[in-house]
Amino acid sequence: MDTNRRDFLRMTAAVGGGLAMPFAWASAAAAQGLDTMVVASGQTINSLDLHRTGTNRASYQVAINCYDRLVGFGSRQLPTGEMSYDYDTIVPELAESWTLSDDGLVLTFTLKPDAVFTDGTPVTAADVKWSFDRAVSVGGFPTTQMAAGGFFRPDQFEAVDERTFVVRLDYPSKLSLPDLAVPVPFVINSTVARANATADDPWAMEYLHTTTAGSGAYTVARWDQGQQLVYERNDIWAGGPLPAIRRVIMREVPSPATRRALIERGDVQVSFDIPDRDASELDGTVDVFSTPIENCIHCACLNTRFEPFQDPEVRKAIAHAIPYEAIFQSAAYGRGAPMWGGSEEITDTAWPRPFPYVLDMERAREHLEASSFAGGFPVQLSISLDLASWMEPAALLIQESLGQLGITTTVDRIPGANWRTVALVDKTLDFHLENFGGWLNTPDYYFFWAYQRDRLFNSSNYDNEEVHELTERTLHMAMDDPEWAPMIQRMFQIVIEDLPRIPLYQPALNVAVNGASGYEFWFHRQLDPRRMTGV
Amino acid sequence: MAGRARAIGIRLAQTVPVILGVVVISFILTRALPGDPAVYFAGAMADEQSIQQVREALGLDQPLVTQFFLYFADLVRGDLGRSISTGQPVLTDLAMRLPASLELTLSALIVSCAIAIPLGVLAAVRQGSWVDHLCRVLVTAGVSLPTFFTGILLVYVFYYLLGWAPSPLGRLDFIYLEPPRVTGFYLVDSLLARDLETFGATVRQLALPTITLALFTLAPIARMTRAAMLQALSSDYIRTARAAGLSRGKVLFGYGLRNALLPVVTTLGMVFSFVLGANVLVEKVFAWPGIGSYAVEALVASDYAAVQGFVLAMALLFVTLNLIIDLSYALIDPRIGFDTK
Repeated sequence: MDTNRRDFLRMTAAVGGGLAMPFAWASAAAAQGLDTMVVASGQTINSLDLHRTGTNRASYQVAINCYDRLVGFGSRQLPTGEMSYDYDTIVPELAESWTLSDDGLVLTFTLKPDAVFTDGTPVTAADVKWSFDRAVSVGGFPTTQMAAGGFFRPDQFEAVDERTFVVRLDYPSKLSLPDLAVPVPFVINSTVARANATADDPWAMEYLHTTTAGSGAYTVARWDQGQQLVYERNDIWAGGPLPAIRRVIMREVPSPATRRALIERGDVQVSFDIPDRDASELDGTVDVFSTPIENCIHCACLNTRFEPFQDPEVRKAIAHAIPYEAIFQSAAYGRGAPMWGGSEEITDTAWPRPFPYVLDMERAREHLEASSFAGGFPVQLSISLDLASWMEPAALLIQESLGQLGITTTVDRIPGANWRTVALVDKTLDFHLENFGGWLNTPDYYFFWAYQRDRLFNSSNYDNEEVHELTERTLHMAMDDPEWAPMIQRMFQIVIEDLPRIPLYQPALNVAVNGASGYEFWFHRQLDPRRMTGV
Repeated sequence: MAGRARAIGIRLAQTVPVILGVVVISFILTRALPGDPAVYFAGAMADEQSIQQVREALGLDQPLVTQFFLYFADLVRGDLGRSISTGQPVLTDLAMRLPASLELTLSALIVSCAIAIPLGVLAAVRQGSWVDHLCRVLVTAGVSLPTFFTGILLVYVFYYLLGWAPSPLGRLDFIYLEPPRVTGFYLVDSLLARDLETFGATVRQLALPTITLALFTLAPIARMTRAAMLQALSSDYIRTARAAGLSRGKVLFGYGLRNALLPVVTTLGMVFSFVLGANVLVEKVFAWPGIGSYAVEALVASDYAAVQGFVLAMALLFVTLNLIIDLSYALIDPRIGFDTK
């Protein structure tokens, strides 16, 4: 064989290259990818266990990253080009497949055969049963959220065999399956948890507060409370495609100014939940995602217990006297979606939807003159100090505008620790701002919490028999049922006319990214690094 | 010497009613705060029943007097209770966070003393000269610039624009591991572990917050040094010393400064105690896991155990500090003895 030196080199290179293929691919991937992602956030993680009393919103991310649920949500592209989770697509996480009985009452899940906890033991239906029992038994937020999907008692859950898990519902509901994809019903390694439970603490709340025992995409490598939480990738994760990023460091940085300097310098890859103002100013310098928060509306609420607000003309006068655009610009710096100036005609079931009111002082005056309070009246406008960043500018602009009609408002600032009691429980605030948002993204779910009689977020004491009735009927009905859309549109029509809540705008969740990609918006408003990659 | 030990004993005994008072007052004040922790921690979605469950779990359904005696009994056993928002024993939280605050405050005070005392002395000696004016400018700036502003300004210039300072991310950059815990002070612990690299990283992280706080604490110390020094220098014993032909150094430092130090040490004690509790804003800007932000967060959440623990820890600290200051008076000025009290 006639080989010269050059051919020989070429040949060995080809062979060597061929042999080293997986290796070469791996190193190329590492070069492109991001091995460690640093995230700055102003929120503090106060527990590794979502079910514990007092666990704050920032801690929900641990349930998402370190545990799996039976099912999860897919992702979709929003019309704005940003990526978001997809409420309408349920994807497998621990469950390989599931079926719903014809009467809609029995959900049967088959677990993935290769699903294992991080300690290597297989995930069994008994673990799922124990975790669900825990979620409906511990009380507080997890129990309430489970109830929204129709899960109330441990006897509804049954582990038939190692891999088959059955849920029996009291009534069929479209909310059941999506409610199993929210962070609450996460699956815990019940063997580990039970070993650390005591007679006083049968659900191992103490142990799981500081240790995770799950099957999720990441494990907690380190948690320095008040400073940082470090995630390491779980390489035997079976819940979905292995995340590209091996290690995620969540650093707590309380000062927004410091977070801004960090993201601009590129020392952190993600600055999570930044103020609207920073988002509008950073836009263009780094990647800024401002996704309107699904099913969440910032509202001005008119309490029906307050005499002038019982007059429909007064309510319309106020709806026409709110300076929507000015509020949107100065309270939200234009981040989010406008909720005013919508069409009069209701042809779809989109929610949140702009109400057909605009700032028009002439019409406002006409309405007020037609009412029995033509000369105006004094009223207190209450805001929460915890939410002062948007409530304060909005309240001042409303105060100024209503002053022109002779409605004199005094702004009452209520401490955050007190707000829930007076605004939501006692419902005694005449005129106030409110910001309810629902996790389950259907209009009837919003109505259930905010418009139905006596519900917690119905801070206006709104009580309309027809809305109450229609909400009851639509809440669990499938959205492709032909009766559903007409009923929803009727509900829209009534509340647009009655105006117990005047929508101001839909707020946005702002996230700045510098040196990473694949950011997706999630309804739980936490970062999901599982689908993120390097640039 | 025995007299002194006895005097210290008496001083310590005098602090017992103070501490008891603090325990009672902090208990009553936290209960008087608006807001209901059971409602707060049950979460926005909770219903009446789950709020009641939380209230029972927190022991808040008991009458106030019972709650107080339960709290007091725990306290005697050295149990400060458990913070609901962090879910950890308050003692653990304090042990984590107090050293962070102390390290920052002490380094700031050392830096500011190193600048303020010589500056004050020079300003007093060369009254009306450029040093005096410089002192006045620094003092005015230190008093009038709020710490969060100085902090953000320093971050902007030295981190964002120049890139000299490391990322303002707390006590240690995340590429370093914290040194094995002995005292909780990273500077000391890293030296004990003979880990100079971590020591250097700690110093770099400390630099900007220390300068921020030092600028703020410099003002009262420099002002007090200058005033006390002026007073000392115009007194009879200095004139006598000068007339006796003692050296300039001996007159200035041996007689002038030593006498001027008393009010300076008093000021130092006040500044220390004030800054330790009040540097929340600096902690926020530099993501410093200190005790100030812990207390503020606990207050916002009506986290009773954490607030009470913080107040008690501060009270103990102040009592100790005052004792140390009293003792140092006796060292500086032998005329002040404990026996006379």
